[in-house]
Amino acid sequence: MALARKRATDEPIQVPEKIAVSLIVNGVERQLKVAPWTTLLDALRDHLDLTGTKKGCDHGQCGACTVLVDGRRINSCLTLAVMKDGAKITTIEGLATDGVLHPLQQAFIDHDAFQCGYCTPGQICSAVGLLAEGKAKTADEIRELMSGNICRCGAYPNIVAAILQAMGRS
Amino acid sequence: MINFQYARASDVADAVRRIAADPAAKFIAGGTNLIDLMKEDVERPTRLIDISRLPLKAVEETADGGLRIGALVPNSDLAYHPLVAQRYPLLASAILAGASQQLRNMASTGGNLLQRTRCYYFYDTATPCNKREPGSGCSARNGLNRMHAILGTSDSCIATHPSDMCVALAALDAKVHVAGPSGERVMAFADFHRLPGTTPQRDTNLRSDEIVTAVELPAQGFAGHYSYLKIRDRLSYAFALVSVAAALELDGNTIKQARLALGGVAHKPWRDTSAEAALRGQATTPATFAQAADLVLRDAKGFAHNTFKIDLARKVIVRALTQAARGTPQSQSNKKIR
Repeated sequence: MALARKRATDEPIQVPEKIAVSLIVNGVERQLKVAPWTTLLDALRDHLDLTGTKKGCDHGQCGACTVLVDGRRINSCLTLAVMKDGAKITTIEGLATDGVLHPLQQAFIDHDAFQCGYCTPGQICSAVGLLAEGKAKTADEIRELMSGNICRCGAYPNIVAAILQAMGRS
Repeated sequence: MINFQYARASDVADAVRRIAADPAAKFIAGGTNLIDLMKEDVERPTRLIDISRLPLKAVEETADGGLRIGALVPNSDLAYHPLVAQRYPLLASAILAGASQQLRNMASTGGNLLQRTRCYYFYDTATPCNKREPGSGCSARNGLNRMHAILGTSDSCIATHPSDMCVALAALDAKVHVAGPSGERVMAFADFHRLPGTTPQRDTNLRSDEIVTAVELPAQGFAGHYSYLKIRDRLSYAFALVSVAAALELDGNTIKQARLALGGVAHKPWRDTSAEAALRGQATTPATFAQAADLVLRDAKGFAHNTFKIDLARKVIVRALTQAARGTPQSQSNKKIR
């Protein structure tokens, strides 16, 4: 049974103007104009053509959209681009420097820490955040603090091994 | 997602002015629950008022030895704050038992209090739900209700409050500071969330033109004897079937003071002060803890799929109190329950 869904007011909503937003993405300032309801994930993928960041569930449950905002890992699908005006965003495209892979990218290759690869950009960005936080010291703690990143292929043992390598503990 | 207008509040007074002027508006801070609900068409604000840049991000000691936590302190920052980790480890433990690190990095203290139930029928706009559409009926009562409440339910609603953090805040006897058009007021944590009764559409006693500005903790943090034990369908990143925040102040083996609150069992964090009173003066024995559990669950009522929660809650209460008494709180990374 479909129920009629009404807003709290019956007045028609004026479609808002697009809002100018400045994001510093992977070290480069980018100006864009977005509707208020554009998520950071959609801004990155559809406005800036940075499709490395993946849309999985789009509800904050899978972690495929994980990016770093001002150095902290977040779910970009549950963040509005307009709210992040002026923020520094790091995506998977911004991790390698001068053609040299980030240690976590190299560790994921060394440990074969993926199969299909769809969750991998989110896994790696999440792991970059994890290393910066400095709270995980053991494999148990890595598993717990990486639990926001789902891997349907089940590459978890190798993901943990890769992160341990990047931490210098293997 | 639906279309909406966006505005940024310049200070708390401006935020209150804006929300009072537009009943169809909502505040947004971390956004982790609200944006999800908007994508599901459950929340349909015409305007979002961004409060994420307001200066409510401090954790400060109060004159009476407690802690004042700004409403915009992210959950992860709060869990790892040295004063919280040291003096209120029950709170830190409960926060780290919930969500994922990405979500904790986004979610705010005030938003955690205001998050809405994860009842499947509340989320599913194709089904009746009194919380979403008052008067439409409750699909959970005779539906899939394995995750649902066993305490304080009503004919209208059997949803649970999803927060872990709030269970610890209830046990720690926190206060909630709010601001509105007529000034500020302070609410006891027990008075903040509501039972469903006949108005399940109202989760809290916060008025529609008020904003949460801070959560205050009293001086006593029970850092020596506490445990937050959460039972769920997978080891991490899942909502509680039953969780228990237990805290004890001991004199040898005698309980001087006890705190006991449950998550996953009711429309609000379920603190039971009668069970706490019954524990006072008793020895820390399994029999004492079992009696307290029986008291908490004296009026528990299961539905078709969640009656198991009554016995589960009894066991989790006894285990959490045992862990607290021993001074061996449940680890939130090694999930073995000892």
